[in-house]
Amino acid sequence: MAEASARGTGIIIKNLYKIFGKNPQAYIEAVRNGMSKTELNAEHGHVLGLKDINIDMPAGCIQVVMGLSGSGKSTLIRHINRLIDPTAGEVLVDDTDVVKMNENELRQFRRHKTAMVFQKFALLPHRTVLENAVYGLEIQGVPREKQLEAAGRWIARVGLEGFEDNYPNQLSGGMQQRVGLARALTNDAPILLMDEAFSALDPLIRMDMQSVLLDLQKEIKKTVVFITHDLDEALRLGDRIAILRDGEIVQQGTGQDIVLKPADDYISSFVKEVNRGRVIMVDTIMTSDMRNGGTGLPSVATGTILEHAARIMSEEHVSEIHVHDDKGKPIGHIDMQAVISAMVTPISHETRQEAAE
Amino acid sequence: MDWLYRFPHMDDSTLTALKKSIDGGFRAFTRAYGDAIESFFDPLQYFLIHSERFMTTTPWPIIIALIAAIAWFASRNWKIVASAIITLLLIGFFDMWNDTMKTVSMIFVCTVLSIAVGIPIGILMSRSDRLQSLINPVLDVMQTMPSFVYLIPVVMLLGIGRVPGLIAVVVYAIPPIIRLTNLGIRLVDKDVLEAADAFGSSNWQRLKNVQMPLALPTIMAGINQTIMMALAMVVIASMIGVQGLGQPVLKAIANQYFTLGMFNGLAIVGIAIIFDRTSQAYGKRLQKHLETVHG
Repeated sequence: MAEASARGTGIIIKNLYKIFGKNPQAYIEAVRNGMSKTELNAEHGHVLGLKDINIDMPAGCIQVVMGLSGSGKSTLIRHINRLIDPTAGEVLVDDTDVVKMNENELRQFRRHKTAMVFQKFALLPHRTVLENAVYGLEIQGVPREKQLEAAGRWIARVGLEGFEDNYPNQLSGGMQQRVGLARALTNDAPILLMDEAFSALDPLIRMDMQSVLLDLQKEIKKTVVFITHDLDEALRLGDRIAILRDGEIVQQGTGQDIVLKPADDYISSFVKEVNRGRVIMVDTIMTSDMRNGGTGLPSVATGTILEHAARIMSEEHVSEIHVHDDKGKPIGHIDMQAVISAMVTPISHETRQEAAE
Repeated sequence: MDWLYRFPHMDDSTLTALKKSIDGGFRAFTRAYGDAIESFFDPLQYFLIHSERFMTTTPWPIIIALIAAIAWFASRNWKIVASAIITLLLIGFFDMWNDTMKTVSMIFVCTVLSIAVGIPIGILMSRSDRLQSLINPVLDVMQTMPSFVYLIPVVMLLGIGRVPGLIAVVVYAIPPIIRLTNLGIRLVDKDVLEAADAFGSSNWQRLKNVQMPLALPTIMAGINQTIMMALAMVVIASMIGVQGLGQPVLKAIANQYFTLGMFNGLAIVGIAIIFDRTSQAYGKRLQKHLETVHG
């Protein structure tokens, strides 16, 4: 934790349960002892929203929570700023349990520690872009000049300069979500919660917004919790990814882990459609067997994706390439054969998928 | 089989006794507390008299200019301003200026009072379903009970004059503003409210920054309705001594003066149209931010 607090604010979710219904506390023990979602719903009329969620979100990273609709991902993100109260469990931010906060502490926590971006933008329609952006600071009671200065800076940073006096309805969806982003960033909180923030946008604009976010994140280094139903988006943005299904986490790890070692058929069915060349890095498949002593071949840095390595190989008309570390020292070697076999979906996934269908 | 054809009702002497005792009780209540209640409404009396004095003693060109200016700032529409001026000039030309000013003053005070009482009640109602289910039937009674019926206790308590008239008008005219404030706040987009919560708004900030501004167009529709209903009530209120356009109408009914009734009736219609167009245009202007939708 000492390390985490030095870098920013991490979030630790421990044993979080959420049961929707009239008397959730009555069933929490039964669910802990293994009552299934179907049984709870059919026999007791309660809905199991989240079951035993444990996630450690390190400070300054983008944590993606991925799941299809009904998987509980939007419920989960609302537990972090307690827009939804959990039935049991802890949400630790800076060693403080958000679940135990009283009304006033919670309000202060929301004002100073978190900012949120919403799927449907949720802008204030009667306020201009600028007035929307200052909202967080305004309710904190920050002096007006500081509000305007911060808001102006972030509006420019997300590319909305010149639109300060427009109303949200005068903007396109992509631009409205930029306002949402500017509003959240102006709040200058260490945690940024993004609930399917780009899902309502069309694909090109979505890619564009993802780039904006990645670009910003290099600079702001916030703890971002990003909810999505799109695995490509998850892999592109996520330092770490948690996959949610029916209120349970089925797999957690880096994008590499999930693509290379899907935990079950459910995940491999997603992973099948992924462009592996853009996810898998050269580190994963390189061999430390150094031919030619690491010279005489083109070289790529660690962390390069396979697609990029393959492009260099074909441009240079070679079938092998070296991998070097950040200091330029050769540390590994890959050949075209390895790249191709890593980029095509392994047969095992295909058959597992067909078997599952 | 007689009971099938004649509804078996409470026997006559009991019924008379019941009515007598309720009447007696209320009369006793009036004797005991009438003065206290009357003095409670003194500030209203003061407000009414001053507003009426202002409207009737200020030179007419100033009043016309004032109304034209209000119409302009509310609507930003020269057509509405022009028709307001023409209507007022016609009213003056047909010698109804004084009565009209008294009515306008009465409507003004009624509207201010209805807003001051109605909006807070509407806000409270929007926050609690229980309160809503308690207040709604009361509003139903206020709107459907024939106005003559509640004039009786008001007159018994406060006598004849401006204040009982004011109360009768407000009772009749306040339901729309309460209902529409409640409705407007309840219709505010849940997503936007969630966003306001997520940024840590207090209840008051939520009300001030999100709920009231977004409910305002609906509330304006309520104010508009309240003004219209107050105008409709003015004639009935003249029966208990409210001065203004209602009294000549009453006189016209009693004596079958067709033209007198017609002129004064038209004057009421005229100012109703001015108020309606102006307040509607203002309500529309409040929604300006919703107009230009991005395709």
